[in-house]
Amino acid sequence: MIRVSGLTAFYDTADGGRLTALSDVSLDVPRGGTCAVIGPSGCGKSTLLRILAGVEKRFEGEISFAGAPVDPKRHTIGLIPQNYGLLPWKTVRENIRLSWRVKHSDVPAPPEESEMLARLGLEETLLSRFPRELSGGQQQRASLARAFLLQPDVLLMDEPFSALDAITREEMQEVFFDLWRAHKVTTVFVTHYVEEALYLGQTIVVLSSAPGRVASVMENPLFACREDSEEITVQKTRIRALLRGMGEGAAI
Amino acid sequence: MKKRLSAACLGALILFFVWFLAARFVGIPVVPSPFAVMEKVGDIFFSAIAVHIAYSLGRILAGLLLAVVVGLPLGVLMGWSPTADRLLAPIVYLTYPVPKIALLPIVMLLFGLGETSKMILLFLILVFQIVIAVRDSIRAIPAEVFYPLASLGAPFRVILSEVLLPASLPKFMTAIRVAMATAISVLFFTETFGTQYGMGYFIMDAWLRVSYLEMYAGIVVLSAMGLILFGTLDLAERWLCRWQERG
Repeated sequence: MIRVSGLTAFYDTADGGRLTALSDVSLDVPRGGTCAVIGPSGCGKSTLLRILAGVEKRFEGEISFAGAPVDPKRHTIGLIPQNYGLLPWKTVRENIRLSWRVKHSDVPAPPEESEMLARLGLEETLLSRFPRELSGGQQQRASLARAFLLQPDVLLMDEPFSALDAITREEMQEVFFDLWRAHKVTTVFVTHYVEEALYLGQTIVVLSSAPGRVASVMENPLFACREDSEEITVQKTRIRALLRGMGEGAAI
Repeated sequence: MKKRLSAACLGALILFFVWFLAARFVGIPVVPSPFAVMEKVGDIFFSAIAVHIAYSLGRILAGLLLAVVVGLPLGVLMGWSPTADRLLAPIVYLTYPVPKIALLPIVMLLFGLGETSKMILLFLILVFQIVIAVRDSIRAIPAEVFYPLASLGAPFRVILSEVLLPASLPKFMTAIRVAMATAISVLFFTETFGTQYGMGYFIMDAWLRVSYLEMYAGIVVLSAMGLILFGTLDLAERWLCRWQERG
């Protein structure tokens, strides 16, 4: 479904120079699969996501969704940025509908909206509020509702659960997992938590730092597995060893 | 809201009292008692003052409208496109600090003594504030705010109406409020030329006729007009920007 091959990206520095952010990154995500991208800070994870979202257009290499080069107008791309991307001047309901309206200007509200909102526990009182009046977890629920109601070809999430406290984070991981299982949306997410990558990523891509290269791509046998086991410990240790070999800032 | 209102009333009461004392102790016609002035306002408001208020407010609204129609798109353009900003910023910065009242002779030579030059002068005062406020707020929007819409291939018209305009609204309103004070003072000055209508004319005319009560009545009405104007702007801002955190 998602195919990235030979992706190289640059960014401009303040003094007019050019630094390589990503170098020769290749990865494949099958239709309806999930892929976790993990790596130390500054390894170009967010750049990779922006390129996949079609927002960043300066890159070399090829990216295609279902055989066609990535194009925000042709594909439906759901993007959940780190801060959930809710516009502060719109109520939660307006925020949820805005993405839908961009793609379907002839239909005022997405179908199954009420089911989705009920499923995520977004009650009427929350929907008429502004984002700043919501907790982080509630904002994350709103942005998940918005993304899944779009029925996107591809869902991209940038450190979706990082800003939440540990308990809310686990809860939101479950919420995401349920939604994903129900809708089977092809998902790529960036994280710096090894546990999160192991729990939610069918494929785990480990990036090395500055410039980001693919250090390892592993199929994850422990996908959707919460219980602690010896195997999890082994995998965690392995990923951490890979991350530690690549620079400071990696998650422990 | 109630608290603010009662505080404002208290302020007015104190001012009134000081004025009353001053009139009592000075005891000359140049400082009449506030009660006499209020009575005068009541007597001549509809017969003599209302038409002047209508003219002054009309000029303010016309100047404001023109400033918004020109300033808003210009601010958006400069905030959105760095090239446009590089091109236009020097022009804006060169003309912005010139006290607009200094341009009054030129404006009057070019546009005559009538309504056009008054409107243009108000326009000149308001437009720079609006341009700079809108440009700065658009430039201050973090890039991430655009990503979700950009990844959906949203056209510019959606970005404009859903992001750029709402994001610049708070500073836009503040700019109008700040510039409005200058605009009213300059309006007063321009209304002493080439017109027989407007609060500026009314007050100066009363002065020349040595009708101090009418002159004071005009001043009181002018400040009440300012108060109502600012109050309206305040309320509009509160409602339009209710999504904002308030300190």
